[in-house]
Amino acid sequence: MDILTLFIVVPIITIVVLVFSKGLKQARIISLVGSLVQLGMAINLVFAYFREREINQDIMVFTKDAVWFKTFNIHYNVGVDGISVALLLLTSIVVLAGVFISWKMKELPKEFFISLLVLSTGVYGFFISIDLFTMFVFYEIAVIPMYLLIGIWGTGPREYSAMKLTLMLMGASAVLLVGILGIYFNSNADGGALTFNILEIAQVNIPFEAQKLFFPLVFIGFAVLSALFPFHTWSPDGHASAPTAVSMLHAGVLMKLGGYGVFRVAMFLLPEGALTWSNFFIVLAAIGVIYGAFGAIKQKDLKYINAYSSVSHLGLVLFALLMLNKTAWNGAILQSLSHGLMTALFFALIGMIYGRTGTRDITKLGGLLKVIPVISATYVIVGLASLGLPGFSGFVAEMNIFVGAFQHEDLFHRIATIVSVSAIVVTAVYILRVVGIMLMGPVKNKKYLTLQRVTWYEKTGIMLLLIPIIGMGVAPLWISDMILESLQPFIKGLI
Amino acid sequence: MDIRYIYLIPFIPLVVFLLLGLNYKRIKPSVSGYIGVFGLLVSAVLSYYTAYQYFFVHGKVNGIYKPIIDRHVWMNFTDSLAIDMGLYIDAISVMMLVVVSTISLMVHIYSRGYMKGDDGYTKFFAFLSLFTFSMFGLVLSTNLFQIYIFWELVGVSSFLLIGYYYTKPSAIAAAKKAFIVTRFADLGFLIGILIMGYYTGTFDFETLNNPEGSAILNWASTSFMGLSVITWGLLLIFVGGAGKSAMMPFHIWLPDAMEGPTPVSALIHAATMVVAGVYLVARLFPMFYFVEDGFALSIVAYVGGISSLFAAVIAITQTDIKRVLAFSTMSQLGYMMMALGVSGYDGHEGVGYMASMFHLFTHAMFKALLFLGAGSVIHAVHSNYLKDMGGLRKYLPITNITFLIAALAIAGIPPFAGFWSKDEILVAAFENNQLLYYIGVFVAGLTAFYMFRIYFGIFWGKEKHYDHPPHESPVSMTVPLMILGALSVVVGFIPFSEFVTPDGKGFEAHLNYPLATIAVTVGIIGIALAWVFYKKENNLADTYAKRFGVFYKWAYHKFYFDEIYLFITKKILFNGVAASVALFDKKVVDGTMNQIGNKTVFTSEKIKGIQSGKLQDYALAFVGGVVVLVMIFIYFWTE
Repeated sequence: MDILTLFIVVPIITIVVLVFSKGLKQARIISLVGSLVQLGMAINLVFAYFREREINQDIMVFTKDAVWFKTFNIHYNVGVDGISVALLLLTSIVVLAGVFISWKMKELPKEFFISLLVLSTGVYGFFISIDLFTMFVFYEIAVIPMYLLIGIWGTGPREYSAMKLTLMLMGASAVLLVGILGIYFNSNADGGALTFNILEIAQVNIPFEAQKLFFPLVFIGFAVLSALFPFHTWSPDGHASAPTAVSMLHAGVLMKLGGYGVFRVAMFLLPEGALTWSNFFIVLAAIGVIYGAFGAIKQKDLKYINAYSSVSHLGLVLFALLMLNKTAWNGAILQSLSHGLMTALFFALIGMIYGRTGTRDITKLGGLLKVIPVISATYVIVGLASLGLPGFSGFVAEMNIFVGAFQHEDLFHRIATIVSVSAIVVTAVYILRVVGIMLMGPVKNKKYLTLQRVTWYEKTGIMLLLIPIIGMGVAPLWISDMILESLQPFIKGLI
Repeated sequence: MDIRYIYLIPFIPLVVFLLLGLNYKRIKPSVSGYIGVFGLLVSAVLSYYTAYQYFFVHGKVNGIYKPIIDRHVWMNFTDSLAIDMGLYIDAISVMMLVVVSTISLMVHIYSRGYMKGDDGYTKFFAFLSLFTFSMFGLVLSTNLFQIYIFWELVGVSSFLLIGYYYTKPSAIAAAKKAFIVTRFADLGFLIGILIMGYYTGTFDFETLNNPEGSAILNWASTSFMGLSVITWGLLLIFVGGAGKSAMMPFHIWLPDAMEGPTPVSALIHAATMVVAGVYLVARLFPMFYFVEDGFALSIVAYVGGISSLFAAVIAITQTDIKRVLAFSTMSQLGYMMMALGVSGYDGHEGVGYMASMFHLFTHAMFKALLFLGAGSVIHAVHSNYLKDMGGLRKYLPITNITFLIAALAIAGIPPFAGFWSKDEILVAAFENNQLLYYIGVFVAGLTAFYMFRIYFGIFWGKEKHYDHPPHESPVSMTVPLMILGALSVVVGFIPFSEFVTPDGKGFEAHLNYPLATIAVTVGIIGIALAWVFYKKENNLADTYAKRFGVFYKWAYHKFYFDEIYLFITKKILFNGVAASVALFDKKVVDGTMNQIGNKTVFTSEKIKGIQSGKLQDYALAFVGGVVVLVMIFIYFWTE
C-alpha cells in the first residue's frame, strides 16, 4: 500500500479494533498505539519526502490515482507537497497529544476515542487529497463528528453550542459546494471531459467571469472554518463547550483546514478571482486580527480568551494568504502550524486547570504558579510563544507574514499591514492579563493548595506539543525552506 | 582573526540557564549560585580576551578599527532577504561585551549574598543567566532582525525578573507594565525594521552603515509626508530604542521596574538593558547621521536632552531611594542620547558619539555600584524609604565609602570616572547645540544635588529607630561593591577616543578646561546645597518644597504621566474599545447569526402545517398546482 493511503487506513483499522474493545484501559491503549503509528508514519513521510524531492520535481509527489465515480470523473487521487507534509506532521502530533490528555476519559471512553479518530481520518484525508470532490468528502467527515463530540461529551450549554457550530460550518459547506461545482463545470472550457483534479484544473484557464463569481464562495466556504470575521461566533461557544481533546483537535488541526483549503483551492485554481477580491477580504481579515485580540481582553473564561485569540491568529493566516506572495504565504503556513501547536497546548493546559479547580473563570483563580508549577509555567511559556516572542514558532511565522505583507507598496496594504502588526501589542495585553491574574499573585482559594500535581501522561502531552514549538522557533530553516520551495508553482498564476 | 570562540560568550549563560531552569527543583541553592558565577566568570574572561585581541592585536587595519563579522542564515524570507545569526565584532560591541560581563559577574556574586534564603534562589540565577545570554546576543547582532530577536528576549527576561516576587500585586503590575510599554515601543521598532528591509533590501548593519552604500546614498528616493521613508524607518527604530532606554514618553515603566530584586535593578535597569536603546542608535549611527542630513539624529538629541532634564527634576522629589536612582538612570540615559544626537562623524567631530559610549561605560560602573549599595542599605534596614534611614555610616562603613565614590562619580567630580565622560558630552553639546549644552549643565547640577540628597539622607543625619541594629552586608556583597568602587575611579582614565569613534579612526581628546571648570563648579554647588538641606535634620527642604508649591507637587507625582497612561489604557482601550468589541460581538455579530437560526426555525414552525398528513389537503394542493402550472403554460404558449 502506498505511503499516503496508509494515513487513512491506519486510523480506520484503529477504529475497527476500538469497536471491539472494552473499557477505558483497552480503548486508550489501542488509540495510543494507533496514533503512535500515525506519528511514526508522519515522521517517516518527512524523510521520505526529502529523499523524493531530490529526484522528483513535480508539484505533488507520491501521487496515486484510482477512479471512484466514473460518470462524474471523480477520482481517489492523493499526493503531497511540502505544505501538506508539514500539516500531516502537525495533525499526528496533536492527535497523539490529544490521546494523552484524554487518558482519564470517564464517560463512554470507547465512543469518544472512535469519534476522535474519525475526525482525524477526515483531516488526514483532506490534506492528502488532490481531487476536489474527495477532498470535500473528507472535509465533511472531519466536521460531522464535532457535533457528537461536543453534544455528548461537552460541558455547559453543549447542545446549543454543538448545533450552532455544526449549522454554521454546514452552511459554509453548502456555499463551498456551490463553489466547487462551479469550478468543476468550468474545468474544461473547450468542451472536453470535466475534472475534479486540482492539478489538471490548474492547467486550464477558468474564465475570468467564473473566477470572479466562484472565488468568494470558495473563500468564504473555507474561511468560516478559520473563523473569518464576521463568521467566527461559532468558535468561542463551540470551544467553551467542547471537551479538552476536542478543543485541541478542533482549534489545533480542524481550523487549519480552512486556511489550507483557501490556499489549495481558492488561490491555486482561481488566481484571477483572488486578485479581484483580495482587497475586500483583506479588510475582513485585518478586522478579524485586531478585533479578535480586543475581544479577548475582556473575557473571563479561559476558553473564550483562547477562542478569540484564535480568531486573531487565524485572521492573520487569512490575511497572509491574501497578500499573494511567497513570503507571506510561507508565513501563513508556518502560522497555521505554530497556532495549531500552541492552541492545542493552551487547550490542554486549560483542561488540566479546569479538571483540578472546577472553574475556568480567571477571576476565581489566582496564584496557580505556587500550587501547580509545571502546568502554570508551561502556560506562561505558551503565552509568551503566542504573543510572538522570538525563540518560539509564532515569531517565525509572524515575521514572514509581516515582511511579506510589506512587499505591497500602496497605502491600502500599508494601513492593513500596520493594523495587523499592532495586534502584537494587544496580544501581549490579554496574555499578560491572564498570567497576572490567574498564575501570579497570592493563592486565592485555600482548597487550591492541595491540587494534584501534574501527572506523567499530562507531562507527555505537554512535551509533545512544546518541543516542536521551541524547535520551530529556534531552528526554522528546514521547515521554512521546505514550505517555501513548495510554494513556487502556486505563485505562478498570480504574477 | 578567528572569532568563532566568541560564540561561547553568549552560549555559556544559555547553557547555565537551561541547566538551572530544567533542574531547579533538583539543584541545591548553594550549588546553583556557584554554577551561575562560574559560568559568568568564564564568559567574562573570554570577553576581556576578545577586547584585548580586538583593540590591541587584530582589530586595527591600516589605522582603522574595522568590524569583523561571522554570520549564518537562520531563515529565508525571499531570495535576497533573510535573517542571519552571527557575530559583529567592532569597537562598541566589544566594549559592550566588557560592560555586560563585568556588571553581570558582579551582580551574580552579589546575589549569592543578597538572595540567600530566598525560595526561588535557583530560579533567580536561571533568569539572570537568561538575561545575560540575551544581552550578549543583542550586542553581538549582525543585523536588525537579530537585534530585534534578542531585544525581545531581554524584554522578557526583564519581565520575569521584575515579576520575580510574583505573589506581590505591585510586582505583577510593574512587570506587566514594563513589558507592555516596551512592547508598544517595539511595535515602532518592528515597523521601522520592515521599512528598512523593504526600501534598502537588507537588514545587515554592515551594508546599511556603509557611508558609500546604496542605503545611505539613496535615502531620498522615496518619501512619505515630506520626509524620506528611511528617516521614518530610523525614527520608528528610535521609538523602539526610546522604549527600552526609558526616554520620554515611554519612561513610565522604569521607576515601577524597581519592584524587582535590587541586584536585578542594578544589572538590567541601570547598567545594561536600558542602554540597549543608546546602543541601537550608536549601532546605526552612520545612517542616523547621513540620511536626510541627520534629521532623525536631531530628534534623538532633543528627546535625550528633554528626558534628562525631566527625570532629574523628578528625582529630586522622590522618597524611595531606588526610584531616585531609577530617575537618575533615565536622566543619564538622556545624556547619552543627547551626546549621540549632537555628534558628527569624521575625526574629532565624532566626539559626541565617543562621549556617549564613554559615558555608557562609566555610568554602567557607578550606577551599578549605586544600586548595589542601595541594595546593601535596604538589606540592612528592610525599607526602601529615605524616611526610615539616617546615620548609617557607622553601621555600614564599606557601603558608605563605595556609595560616596559612586555619588562623586555621577556628580562629575574629578578624578572619578563620571567627570571625564560627562565633560566630553558637554564639550560635544557646546560645540553643536548651545541650548542642549545649557540643559546639560543644569542637569549636572541637579544630578549632584539629588544624589547627595540621598547620600546624606542615608548615611548622615539623625539615626532612626531600627528594629534590628543594622549591620554591614556579608563579604559576597561587599566585594563587588569594592571592585566596582575601584572601577568607578579608574575607568575614567581609559583613552576612549583612541578606540571608540564613529569612523573607526582614533583621535586625541583634550580636556576643555573652561567647560570642565564650569561643570565641576555646578556639581559642587549641587553638593553644597544638598549639604545645607540634608546633612543635618532640618526643615529647610520642606520649606522650599512648599515654596515651589504646585511645581513640587507635579514633580512629586512625576508630572502625572502614569495617570495619563492609565486613563488611555484603562478608560479608553480597556473599558472603551475592548468592552465594546466584546459587547458588539455578543449582541450584533452573534445576535445576527442567532437571529438567522431562530428565523429559520420560526418560519418552518409556521409553514410546517402544510405537511398535515391529510390526503384531502394534498389532493387540494395537487389540483391547485396543476391549475397554476396549466395557467402559466397557456400564458407562455399563447404569446
